[in-house]
Amino acid sequence: MNRDILLCGVGGQGTVLASKLIAAAAMSSGYTVHSAETIGMAQRGGSVTSHVRIGDRAYSPLIPEGNADVILAFEPAEAVRNLTLLKKNGVVIVNRVPVKPVTESLQDTGYDGSRMIEYLQSKCAGLVVVDAEKICGELGSSRYFNVAILGVAVGRGQIGLSAEAVLREIEAKVPEKYRQMNQKAFYLGKRIGDTYAAQ
Amino acid sequence: MGKEYVMGNAAIALGALAAGVNVATGYPGTPSSEIIEALEKYAFGKLRYGKGESKSFHLEWSVNEKAALEVAAGAAYAGARTLVTMKQVGLNVASDPLMSLAYVGVKGGMVVVVADDPGPISSQTEQDTRIFAYYSRLPVFDPSSPEEAYVMIQDAFDYSEKYNTPVLFRPTTRICHAYAPIAVEEDLKPKEYEGFVKDSKRWVIFPKLSFMNHEMIEKRNPLIGEDFSSYSGNTVTGEGKKAIFTSGISYAYVREYTKDREDVRVCRIATPYPFPETFALKCLKGVEEALCVEELSPFLESELQRLAGVHHLKVRILGKMTGNGRLAGENTADGTASLVQEFLGEENSKENVDSRDMPRLPVRPPVLCAGCPHRASFYAVKKACAGRKAYFCGDIGCYTLGNAMPLDMADTCLCMGAGITMAQGLHWTDEEAVSFAFVGDSTFFASGLTGVANAIYNEADIILCVLDNSTTAMTGHQPHPGTGRNMMGHIVEKIDIAKVLEGLGVQRIMTVNPLDLNEAVAAVQECMTLPGVKAMIFKSPCIAVSKTESRMRIFEQCIGCKKCIREIGCPAIIVREDRVTIDEGMCTGCGLCAQVCPVGAIGGDADE
Repeated sequence: MNRDILLCGVGGQGTVLASKLIAAAAMSSGYTVHSAETIGMAQRGGSVTSHVRIGDRAYSPLIPEGNADVILAFEPAEAVRNLTLLKKNGVVIVNRVPVKPVTESLQDTGYDGSRMIEYLQSKCAGLVVVDAEKICGELGSSRYFNVAILGVAVGRGQIGLSAEAVLREIEAKVPEKYRQMNQKAFYLGKRIGDTYAAQ
Repeated sequence: MGKEYVMGNAAIALGALAAGVNVATGYPGTPSSEIIEALEKYAFGKLRYGKGESKSFHLEWSVNEKAALEVAAGAAYAGARTLVTMKQVGLNVASDPLMSLAYVGVKGGMVVVVADDPGPISSQTEQDTRIFAYYSRLPVFDPSSPEEAYVMIQDAFDYSEKYNTPVLFRPTTRICHAYAPIAVEEDLKPKEYEGFVKDSKRWVIFPKLSFMNHEMIEKRNPLIGEDFSSYSGNTVTGEGKKAIFTSGISYAYVREYTKDREDVRVCRIATPYPFPETFALKCLKGVEEALCVEELSPFLESELQRLAGVHHLKVRILGKMTGNGRLAGENTADGTASLVQEFLGEENSKENVDSRDMPRLPVRPPVLCAGCPHRASFYAVKKACAGRKAYFCGDIGCYTLGNAMPLDMADTCLCMGAGITMAQGLHWTDEEAVSFAFVGDSTFFASGLTGVANAIYNEADIILCVLDNSTTAMTGHQPHPGTGRNMMGHIVEKIDIAKVLEGLGVQRIMTVNPLDLNEAVAAVQECMTLPGVKAMIFKSPCIAVSKTESRMRIFEQCIGCKKCIREIGCPAIIVREDRVTIDEGMCTGCGLCAQVCPVGAIGGDADE
């Protein structure tokens, strides 16, 4: 299997953990995997991306344009920012809730993410819009959204990995204190993904 | 132990352990910092490296790159295998000992890992360490993946010992921060070594020794180049009259486009200096056109041009100097694909989203975190200076972000420690203005002390602001002499910054909590009335190190004036549906906004 998965969002949203879970699940399922992420200065409130490349024909650590099978976007504008990486007929799973940068609050440009979702709808047939506020409302914290959106992708059938493989890594990688909530978040997301897969 | 999924920097660390490294030193700097951290994790964790062995393992964050290199040089003279890590600008700091060490040489293998940062993604310069290798006459290795880095660093130790010279190892950001599966070996042991043998003719550098060794080095380096011609990292695949010469991450990009095609000749140079001429000549056999794909300087291109000239080869060399590739910035898989397509006369078959009608995207410049004590420190100085002419000299660290609006509190930023000395320079051009220097705690120890001594000795009039957050925050929270813990896992006496300043002769030193705005502003104002060198120590821990449970909230009486947003620009304060709100997930309850609010509409649970 060759599969390129891009995770994108804003520093602090937890893209790194989600990408680590995918990579670990791919490895334990017997695949070669490589990944790369933006860290360092760009991390502080900036746009972040994690590139996960499953399969033994990936040489560049970053996914080239037009290659991503799926984009997991934790923030609507970040999905648009990275859309050129998406393969023709690729799938975008995007969180509807925007993250406003300080610069927007200072100038108040009225950025609320809705224009981004409209644009994605016009460009991408395989779009799945999820609502982090709704999901996190059920979980009682925004902390678990990263694992929930991963659940959506697994349910939708885009990652090429089984739910069991990902759950095994949640068991192994997440500290016990947060494990149960992450499992719950994963199932919650997976249920949403399942309904899209059935359509 | 099987395969572990690790970052390129950890692959380098694991390779060094497999090579039996005895002493490893470094100073944090993106993208190199995780090498020393991975050594700590594996050596003292799972591998129990050096435990119960006759030769143990020493690991340290040194105070700066020069110290790191000198500590390692001493150990290498004794025959120990040593690893030194830094980012590319760190090599400038370490260049004094390294240039001399290149002449003296080493006994134990010494590998100096210098991580280059094309882009630059988080650096001041785009300098190319391959050029430094040429300049210092030191061999250099240029890995193109984490897997290769793991193997190559072990080879680097062998070559270092074979030729008794330090060698450079130059990964770039995309190698350092890429993840790959690496096989972790068990039962690794630090290398046995003889110990220091006194021999002043060998270890004491004098002009005569330098001359003799310089001659030796110039005779030796072509031999190393010849040796490198059969090095396994220098590879050629495919056939054709057109050849692509590449190195480092660019090799991965070229492979990404050519995959396993046999009709394109791809020549990878893993050892750019001393250049493996025999290997390159073999690659050029029957080739009419060669394209060089490399990052930063046209290093391979120059070498091939030279080679073609010396050997009267009928080959056209293409690269940055002929307009095929950019001299600045990093390469990408897509940019490389375009270059290679053009070179091979192939069509672009890529299918991706047409993004020309993309809506305007919000810009996300890096900002100080919500609750960062630096924001409060900068704001206090800004308030204290209202109406006075003042210069604000910044430095390297998270607090460089104090330049962003609305704080706008960094007028200059040059290199590590420069803020303290540049403030003196500005003072001598304008003695009416107040000259401030901001420096972080780790930077203070790395290169701030000499600047303070300079100010006192030369009677400058400056206010030094030490932003002491008890960590090296920007590079990922490494300990330093002020934190009381070292990389051997020992709790050590903290070096007290106030006492250091007192010892240097600073007359007025005030330590304040920046989150108490009134107290901090009053202290700065007092400093501004005094002559000479004054120091403010703004002491409050980094929010990533010291987590809090408290949160701020906005009460009913908020009049929506947005002063909090306009004055301090905290990313946790957001306007939603025309109401100012605080993002609970981000807020740390620092309370600066509550002290700024004109109507007392912000507070914690206790204030309700």
